[in-house]
Amino acid sequence: MNISNTVDVKKVVEAISKLPSVAICSDYQYMCSDPGQELIKRSIKEHDLDAVVVAACSPRMHEPTFRATVSDVGLNPYCFEMSNIREQCSWVHSDKEKATEKAIDLVRAAVARALLLEPLQSEAFPVVPSALVVGGGIAGIQASLDIANSGFKVYLVEKEPSIGGHMAQFDKTFPTLDCAACILTPKMVDVARHPNIELLTYSEVDSIEGSVGNFNVKVKKKPRYVDMDKCTGCGSCAENCRLVGKVKSEFDMGLAKRGAIYVPFPQAVPLKFTIDPDSCLFIKHGRCGKSPKCVDACTTDAIKFDDTEKIEEFNVGAIVVATGYKEFSAGKKQEFGYDLYPNVMTGLELERIFAPSGPTGGKPIIDGKVPKSIVFISCVGSRDKKVGNPYCSRVCCMYIAKQAHLLKEKIPDADITVMYTDMRSFGKGYEEFYERVQKEGIKYRRGNAGEVYENNGKTYVRAEDTLLGMPYEIEADLIVLGTGLEADPCAENVGKMLHLSLSSDGFFLEAHPKLRPVDTVIDGVFLAGTAQGPKDIPDTVAQASGAAAHVVNLLSQKEILSEPTIAVVDEDACVGCKTCMLLCPFDAHEFDEDKGVMTINSALCKGCGSCAAACPSGSIKMNHFTKDQIVAQILEVL
Amino acid sequence: MSEEWEPKIVGFLCNWCCYAGADMAGTSRMQYPPNIRVIRVMCSSRINAEMIIKAFQSGADAVFIGGCHPGDCHYVDGNFRTKKRVDVLKRLIGYVGIDPRRLKLEWISAAEGEEFASTIRKFTEEVREIGPNPLKELAEEMV
Repeated sequence: MNISNTVDVKKVVEAISKLPSVAICSDYQYMCSDPGQELIKRSIKEHDLDAVVVAACSPRMHEPTFRATVSDVGLNPYCFEMSNIREQCSWVHSDKEKATEKAIDLVRAAVARALLLEPLQSEAFPVVPSALVVGGGIAGIQASLDIANSGFKVYLVEKEPSIGGHMAQFDKTFPTLDCAACILTPKMVDVARHPNIELLTYSEVDSIEGSVGNFNVKVKKKPRYVDMDKCTGCGSCAENCRLVGKVKSEFDMGLAKRGAIYVPFPQAVPLKFTIDPDSCLFIKHGRCGKSPKCVDACTTDAIKFDDTEKIEEFNVGAIVVATGYKEFSAGKKQEFGYDLYPNVMTGLELERIFAPSGPTGGKPIIDGKVPKSIVFISCVGSRDKKVGNPYCSRVCCMYIAKQAHLLKEKIPDADITVMYTDMRSFGKGYEEFYERVQKEGIKYRRGNAGEVYENNGKTYVRAEDTLLGMPYEIEADLIVLGTGLEADPCAENVGKMLHLSLSSDGFFLEAHPKLRPVDTVIDGVFLAGTAQGPKDIPDTVAQASGAAAHVVNLLSQKEILSEPTIAVVDEDACVGCKTCMLLCPFDAHEFDEDKGVMTINSALCKGCGSCAAACPSGSIKMNHFTKDQIVAQILEVL
Repeated sequence: MSEEWEPKIVGFLCNWCCYAGADMAGTSRMQYPPNIRVIRVMCSSRINAEMIIKAFQSGADAVFIGGCHPGDCHYVDGNFRTKKRVDVLKRLIGYVGIDPRRLKLEWISAAEGEEFASTIRKFTEEVREIGPNPLKELAEEMV
């Protein structure tokens, strides 16, 4: 039906049946279904076929399905060809006659190509039974624990000194109002204690080479200037640091100050101190008073100023990318005066104000006083094409509801207004929570804020109530921007190393939006959490467990089959000009000095065919995409 | 002939970006003219001058090559090699009387379904304006 709406299938069958090389041509409504596949198998046996063409959906969808079908009855899986007459024909054209004509051309080309297809053999190679997880937020933590609990070794790499990610910064979680630290820190401790997890904090992935089953990973361990084995986490170094209370704490969003030697937060895992080289006087200037106070204070002699960057190298069979998100830079929305007024803050900053270990010890004190009039502005940096983020960040409506509730609890006489675009309370228990918050006296007014401005030392928010069709103004002591989620630019490097694609929103692209939401198109590389797109904690945890299941599935196989669609050199024809060698992005080409010819390493070749296209003597054959096969297609479609 | 003439465009799309983008156009039911016939390759850099010239020789009115955006190539920098080849070839075909506009290279990602559809819409119109491939008549005469 998908195809027959615009393509006259009978006509296609008629035209293709007439081709001299076609032994049998039949149509079936759902070729990918069991009876459809049986039909193919029967036809292969009855007609002793050399090759099979299926004209249906995209090969990106069902090529693997049909390859398995034909190989079930002994046909080489590479003697199968798929013609995409759905995604690239029936679904995109409405003129039935022309679409039919095009479909016939496409199938004819596939048949011509099928005649030239050659059987290819895969090689089996072993799978390294370990995994790399990039990112130690809740997604990376969950994925690591699941993989490690299945008995496989995990390397968890986190760029900050502690794992925990953004979730560690939150005070309570919506809609259950669970304390974030109370549910997160036990998991963090589990990670640290797990015999199968090697935790690499304050580290970044430096390079990744290889492919599914065997990736070679190099991780750069930044110097901590503290001996991890000796540090007991007692904290006397930090208390004595000359700069204590002078350096902005990243974890507290710059609202609190730390010293040059620090742990990001009291429950950090590992609970080991780190010296920030950008502020430490001894590292910057070579001296810190008579002697560095941290050294004097440390009873275990753990301070190590001669610490250097180290590279750790290991091999893994699979990779989970859980690089998380970055909060939208609120300063980009200049109309809200984030950079101008101290009482305008972001959602994440307010989380730190709420936190008992935060800058105000959990007391709702903003700019020195307890706010009485509070305005929340939703969709800051989300659903906003002007800042390049047309998507919904999915969590802001609910964290605003939660924060409004917490403020009301702490300041019962506060007047709280939420200026919202549309209310999106889609998760389990979310709508109920939203209703509860409204009953608590929080005012929800539809319509986004226009600007925040100051007059006579007072701050005002100007907005339009789109339900009443009326502009209005509120004087506010605290304005909270419901900042959205953006792809973390730090993730870009990892994405490049793995050749991952990005969606138009800048987050990593999954292999299929519906059916393969944790896979990427790169075999052996999986996505977890907000690296793939904005999501709340339950969805993040679910996806992380999903990614872990895929990793375990892969690692449980002792060996996997190589892709035989690679370039091969005809040694008799090669003149040894080395043109191909310069082109290969994977260094798969190696010159055989004895024979004077080029060789291609089958484990390194990824099958792009660039070398085959450039070889002046035509002696490189790109398996499954040979020149003859492509030319045959060209001739048939014209 | 001119009334019935419909341009025929051979499309070479890389599997990872442009072909996936074309699939996305299909999944989203974005319409474009049926003049393009797509040949899937793993990387646009598999395509060389010989294949493009073969297409023109055999009567293609235009050749469209679709690869990944710079930096997004599944094979690191295959798309740059394609760009170099196409740039040179454009000058060469102009030399032998084929309008260089008949050869087009575009970067389209797996997520850009609408971009693919609108690019093909525009390109088909462009080719329609340029007219039939002069080599086609020549080839027919020779037969």
